[in-house]
Amino acid sequence: MTLARRIIPCLDTDGARVVKGVQFANLRDAGDPARLAARYNREGADELVVLDITASRDYRPTFLETIERVAEQLAIPLTAGGGIGAVEEGRIVLRAGADKITVNTAAVRRPELIGELSREFGAQAVVLAIDAKRAGDRWEVFVRGGRDSTGRDAVAWAQEGVARGAGEILLTSMDRDGTRSGFDCALTAAVSGAVSVPVIASGGADTIEDFLAVFTEGHADAALAASIFHDHLHSLSELKQFLRARGVTVRWPA
Amino acid sequence: MSTTKIALVDYGAGNLPSVERALARMGARAERASSAETLQGCQALILPGVGHFGALMRTLGEQRLLEPLRSAIRRGVPFLGICLGLQALYERSEEDPSHAGLGILSGTVEPLPNTAKLPHMGWNQVRRVRPSVLLRDVPESSFFYFAHSYAMLDMGDVAVALSDHGVPFVAALEHNNVLAVQFHPEKSGEAGAQVLRNFLAFAGVEGRP
Repeated sequence: MTLARRIIPCLDTDGARVVKGVQFANLRDAGDPARLAARYNREGADELVVLDITASRDYRPTFLETIERVAEQLAIPLTAGGGIGAVEEGRIVLRAGADKITVNTAAVRRPELIGELSREFGAQAVVLAIDAKRAGDRWEVFVRGGRDSTGRDAVAWAQEGVARGAGEILLTSMDRDGTRSGFDCALTAAVSGAVSVPVIASGGADTIEDFLAVFTEGHADAALAASIFHDHLHSLSELKQFLRARGVTVRWPA
Repeated sequence: MSTTKIALVDYGAGNLPSVERALARMGARAERASSAETLQGCQALILPGVGHFGALMRTLGEQRLLEPLRSAIRRGVPFLGICLGLQALYERSEEDPSHAGLGILSGTVEPLPNTAKLPHMGWNQVRRVRPSVLLRDVPESSFFYFAHSYAMLDMGDVAVALSDHGVPFVAALEHNNVLAVQFHPEKSGEAGAQVLRNFLAFAGVEGRP
């Protein structure tokens, strides 16, 4: 028995609608989150991530409603985040129907937040989202939806986050995000090899071979993508059957 | 629609709404139970759970639910423990030795070895070791969703299915009226739905097929 590598569609939202952008900019509408969630649940997604990419401050009721509508459609785990900065905000997101919450900017500003959430809800419910960009021979952490550089090293930050209680890392390559040039396998392997928790690779997915590469060369535990699934470039069944034929353990048939 | 009262123990666990939604999809309605009174007269009992063993046992104690739960289980009320709800059945857990478990089953819950990535998070398969009520009509190859770092490593004579993450551990157990799973059936797609349907049938609850 082997833990299956997970395929995770991601819904980036403006709170209410799914939006798409290239390298964190130029957002455009890509549909209703609950309808997409129902489709991915049916087609064999292993998990779903829904993010409010416009919220960096107050928690907005429209997004909580979106989480409830999405959760209603799912018999698979749901991770939600975007702007979570305090234990009580985490609690309302979990109570709205998420199984796990992501923290990003607020955790960089106040790393103690990770431990507070982990003690309250368990490490399995706390996902540290890291947006990383190559800087010479390392990767630097960016916050506020990729706008602000922090000077922090992504691998060291992942390790600190795990030590503080994160149960999973959602690692986005800002260099690859929206470019469809493949996952950043070097970044993913560097983080995956440095931490004891599962790593979700994100950013750059295009071909089904990209997924194979991020699982084999990148040592990712899960791979996340948005537009290639929204736009029907690949079906989950095609992707999972391809991976299974290449010896990657996946949940198929779902 | 059934008149059987299903009590869903509400100690503040994050997965309670998910379990409710999953039951609702199969036409079964559960009542949230957060006090001894609300447990009275229940004909089926579900203890969902995520998070920390100590927090669960402490909260159940504060809600004065420990004895009512033990006595309902001993009375023979069909019981389903989910994830931490399975671990709570044992005498203790190394996650928090300062809080005793329900002690329905003997043994100590232990950490999974750190030779594999922890938490054990994601979809894994199970191997059946005994005939099982919960896994009836569930295909052998099915995957279930797990999210935990502690587990019962001693199979005892209650395990009906094992999974593996560094070491084998109890994935599902059945002992008279006491049924429990380490995975999350409410998050395990169609295979998980079948496990919940099997529990409802065992408890005599009519649901939609």
